[in-house]
Amino acid sequence: MSLAAQVLIEERFVRERMAPPSRFGDKAFQWLTMAMAMAVVVLVILTGWQLWRGSSLTVEKFGFHFLATSTWDPVAEQFGALPFIYGTLVSSLIALLIAVPLSIATAVYLTELAPLWIRQPLVSLTEMLAAIPSVILGLWGIFVMVPWLRDYPFPFLKHYFGWIPLFTGPIYGPCMFAGGIIIAIMILPIITSVSREILRSVPDLQREAAYGLGATRWEVTRIAVLSYARKGLFGAVILGLGRALGETMAVTMVIGNTPQIAASLFKPGYTLASVIANEFTEATTDIYLGALFEIGLVLFGVTILVNLVAQFLLKTMTTTTSATRAVQ
Amino acid sequence: MDNLVMATPEQSVTERAEGPAEPSANSEPALKLTFEVKNLSVWYGEKRAIDDVTFNIASNAVTAIIGPSGCGKSTFLRALNRMHELVPKTRMEGTVLLHGEDLYSKTVDPAIVRRRVGMVFQKSNPFPTMTIGENVIVGLRLNGVRNQKFLNERLEKSLRMSALWDEVKDDLHKPGTSLSGGQQQRLCIARALAVEPEVILMDEPCSALDPIATAKIEELISELKAQYTIVTVTHNMQQAGRISDYTAFLYLGRLIEFGQTTTIFTNPSDRQTEDYITGRFG
Repeated sequence: MSLAAQVLIEERFVRERMAPPSRFGDKAFQWLTMAMAMAVVVLVILTGWQLWRGSSLTVEKFGFHFLATSTWDPVAEQFGALPFIYGTLVSSLIALLIAVPLSIATAVYLTELAPLWIRQPLVSLTEMLAAIPSVILGLWGIFVMVPWLRDYPFPFLKHYFGWIPLFTGPIYGPCMFAGGIIIAIMILPIITSVSREILRSVPDLQREAAYGLGATRWEVTRIAVLSYARKGLFGAVILGLGRALGETMAVTMVIGNTPQIAASLFKPGYTLASVIANEFTEATTDIYLGALFEIGLVLFGVTILVNLVAQFLLKTMTTTTSATRAVQ
Repeated sequence: MDNLVMATPEQSVTERAEGPAEPSANSEPALKLTFEVKNLSVWYGEKRAIDDVTFNIASNAVTAIIGPSGCGKSTFLRALNRMHELVPKTRMEGTVLLHGEDLYSKTVDPAIVRRRVGMVFQKSNPFPTMTIGENVIVGLRLNGVRNQKFLNERLEKSLRMSALWDEVKDDLHKPGTSLSGGQQQRLCIARALAVEPEVILMDEPCSALDPIATAKIEELISELKAQYTIVTVTHNMQQAGRISDYTAFLYLGRLIEFGQTTTIFTNPSDRQTEDYITGRFG
């Protein structure tokens, strides 16, 4: 018998004795991973439902007034969440006003202008900012940032821009403005890294089109890159807003925690997240606890909504990008 | 500024009437030259993409650069308007003269070079956030032109020259990306024409188009050479034969043969050229 024939026979021998391919492992693996994935969804739904159930007492008692009135008096059992809603919105807005130009400029520098050798270190550094625990940022805020703000930038703003109601009144230190600044620092990394991804997804062909017309670097960035990416960048900003709304620890430490609606940014404020963090241990009555639950529900609803909008925008951006690529 | 820019095409038309567009062997020395490329070498990092290439590009003629993939055609084309510099770590040696001026002199701004030497790319790339009209005049806007009447005139003129006017004149406000592939490519040609460059470089302008759209672009190229010098890279031998007056064959970064297209295609002097043109490799 030739060697080749022998090999053939042996191969057949081995093949016939091999176990038939089992689909059980595949199926089990699929079910297991699906269960894990579903668990995340269930968790979100359960959280929402729990918040809704927990807040039923105040929803019944105050109805819409809960969202529209400003008295927060646990002793008298009067609960109005408006100052917290206001504080969350205003501090997030301040944060966006500071963080958006900074992060988008950083992303533009990192993708369009920076020399190659400096890009990776800078990216790592911005991402490291996200790794700082928020309580540490809060400590730094209380002991370093707030005293500095109180001594230098705030008096300056008051002196030169005191005619704007935003910059009037006594300067205590912890205030709405400080809260906004600390949130800005916390949302910088996320907006920067998402914007960077968006800008990197702009096809080089777009840049070449502009360069080919004799555009300078700034003109290329403006007409070919930023305008192409504008929807995605907006998504990045909304994603940042989602983070800003829910930011808790560091803000609680510097915002002053006073439920009031004041024109001046130098006055202390309070956010939805901060009031839950500060008061859940004191909430001894059912209605007090219910009020905190309802605040949680509001925050939950708003952040989920904002995140959905951001995801939608980012998705349309990436799909239009790939569609254009396919056409080209 | 208007006068200066407007003068160029008329001047070019007269030049064409004098004959250089249809060169014969003995008129060669009298040709008006747009580019004089001398000993050009280009490196990407350590890789030498263009190796000591020397030849001249005639005005008001179509010069085709042919050669197999990776032979350096695109790099050569981009070296003519310094677009290759956008890739990090490039360097070049040799000289490229545009109408006698050194493009690589230290005092020359690459952005100015690219305004004088326009470019059309392999894939159409209109700016998706701009309308058809805005796409055409974006180059003028970058140059600081604000006069609406002038912009409108130039818009129509450029679109007429790129044979797109009749198809889009009622849709100027629609996004540039709403057009078909071939129309988008003609829009990109209109965009390049609007700034009235001296030369138009085309990097495989038809490679992503169907045969009908390709025929339109080829026809357009033949019309445009009355006013512009055109340098085009192409993979398509038949196309090079149809549209070009001169052909340069590059292989592995070297210029193997350069001459009138009729000569190159019927009687190449180099064996490699013949092999490539007849489809034996590449």
